[in-house]
Amino acid sequence: MMSAGLKSKWAYLAVAALLAFLILVPFDWFLGRYTTLMIFIGIYAIVTVGLCLLMGYTGQVSLGQAAFFGIGAYMSAILSKTYGVNPWLAMFIAAVMTGAFAYIIGYPIFRLRGNYLAMATLGLGLIVWVLFRELSHFTGGPDGMAGIPYLSLGGFVFDSAFRRYFLVWFFCMAVLLISQNIVRSRTGRALRAIHGSEAASESIGINVAQFKVKILVLSAVYASIAGSLFVHHLRFVSPQPFDFLASVKLVVMAVIGGLASVWGAIFGAGATRILSDEILLRFGQWDIIIYGLILMLVMIFMPEGLFVKLKEVFNRLRLRYRQKGAES
Amino acid sequence: MSADQFLQYLVSGVTQGSIYGLIGLGFTIIYAVTKIINFAQGEFVMLGGLLSFTLAHSAGLPLAPALIVAVIIASLIGAFMYLLAIRTAKSASVVSLIIITIGAAIFIRGIAGELWGVDAVRPPYFSGSTSLSFLGAYIHPQALWIIGTTVVVTIILHLFLTYTMVGKALKACAINPVASSMVGVNPKIMALIAFVMAAAIGGIGGVVMAPFTLTAYNVGVMLGLKGFVAAAIGGFKSPLAAVFGGLLLGIVESLAVAANWGPFTSAYKDAIALIVLMLILLVRSGKLAEEERTG
Repeated sequence: MMSAGLKSKWAYLAVAALLAFLILVPFDWFLGRYTTLMIFIGIYAIVTVGLCLLMGYTGQVSLGQAAFFGIGAYMSAILSKTYGVNPWLAMFIAAVMTGAFAYIIGYPIFRLRGNYLAMATLGLGLIVWVLFRELSHFTGGPDGMAGIPYLSLGGFVFDSAFRRYFLVWFFCMAVLLISQNIVRSRTGRALRAIHGSEAASESIGINVAQFKVKILVLSAVYASIAGSLFVHHLRFVSPQPFDFLASVKLVVMAVIGGLASVWGAIFGAGATRILSDEILLRFGQWDIIIYGLILMLVMIFMPEGLFVKLKEVFNRLRLRYRQKGAES
Repeated sequence: MSADQFLQYLVSGVTQGSIYGLIGLGFTIIYAVTKIINFAQGEFVMLGGLLSFTLAHSAGLPLAPALIVAVIIASLIGAFMYLLAIRTAKSASVVSLIIITIGAAIFIRGIAGELWGVDAVRPPYFSGSTSLSFLGAYIHPQALWIIGTTVVVTIILHLFLTYTMVGKALKACAINPVASSMVGVNPKIMALIAFVMAAAIGGIGGVVMAPFTLTAYNVGVMLGLKGFVAAAIGGFKSPLAAVFGGLLLGIVESLAVAANWGPFTSAYKDAIALIVLMLILLVRSGKLAEEERTG
């Protein structure tokens, strides 16, 4: 194995390069015209990190993650627009309520596993989506609701894409760092143990059910925050971005990013949004055809995820290069 | 509600329920033999309907051959799905297999969306649309076709599993794949047969259903979910139980809409299946967890 020092040196370099890149993106002389795209990537990366933690570290699949995303979005929209609640307070209330919802459904739903759990999350996602559509008195029904206020800090209103870009990516980076710390902590080790073997984890005193519910709650809170950012960016909300396909697309992002990789989430969300919004936008159903292929190919040939696989290949090449250097 | 109305809703529930039962049969066969839940099961129903529309309407084939060809094409797609996606992922985990079948589902759905467009279509009725009167309720001839097909498919499947060598081998493989491979039953071939049968039954369901309910490229998810509920009511054990599960779900849905109290207006019809699903899963969760653990 390579020395830990070298590995972390490379990791710091990669993170520093990523940060520099992210700060420069929204300026017109750099990638300014992609600011909106990058805002969506940041928002989806937040949801994806939660899903990566849930799927990668607990081995549980969620086919209804868009429901949490949608609950956050709708609660923010309804509270801030219909009831005139301060948008930040609305965002906070939405996150707490979504977390509480995840907590309440967590214990019964995690009594299931594997196929049944997957189907239960799919069903839950569909129920929530039906509610968005049918409770039109609150949600505006299939047409959605417009005129949601912008977020603001003091007198500083996030009313331009340039400003919202930094807001979204501030949240995204905070979520990534928190997640990184969780993964490296005692909790993260417990989660990996649960993924390895639930029976063995229980025998060494890990409360499996409790950890699973905690991570579900965390992923729901992430999704809710992302949902709030989503509606305060678009100032519009409708049921469509939270349907079954949306949940599947979130799984695609997590699968591309690598199910057990926190930073891969940015990669997964980025690759998917670029594919959908820039390349395949004009081609009708082609994005879900490609996503279907990606899901099958990645799961068949590299179940640990595309990003993790690329990282592995990169490390192996670097190691070989170093060995050659040492020999000569 | 008068007795006539009750009967009318019962008829409509049994019709819908028969379709759910056929889809549930597919889930049950694949799960019994391979322990895989095929999330693409609903897509075969969609394919059956759309293919029969194209063959009978646009290609101008007579109805009977069009229906048969539609079912055959759906079965072939089932075979390809198993050979290309499931079999190549040799020792994949449960989660990987779930994601693979979902990938297959949206892949098929996307292709169908490209080929047929997004509008719903109605293939021709099998025998007209003059409703028949039955004990004061009206029943559409296509509904009779749906119910009749379900009965016939269930009987044929039962006879096949009980009296033919291949059927017995499938049952043996479902009970214990290792032991049955020792007496010469190849589990991989059995899995292929299971996928083809499930796709064929799904295709048949789509073919008989489409003239009655219309069909479009995106009907697969909801139908798949309802079929799963039917199979879950039946416990994924016996085909007959899956059909009864489907009928039960169809009747509950229809009567809940008929009752029209509180939130259960027709807009929430789909949510009823999901609530039934949640109840079954939670009531049986202890037993299900035990089964998954013992494999």
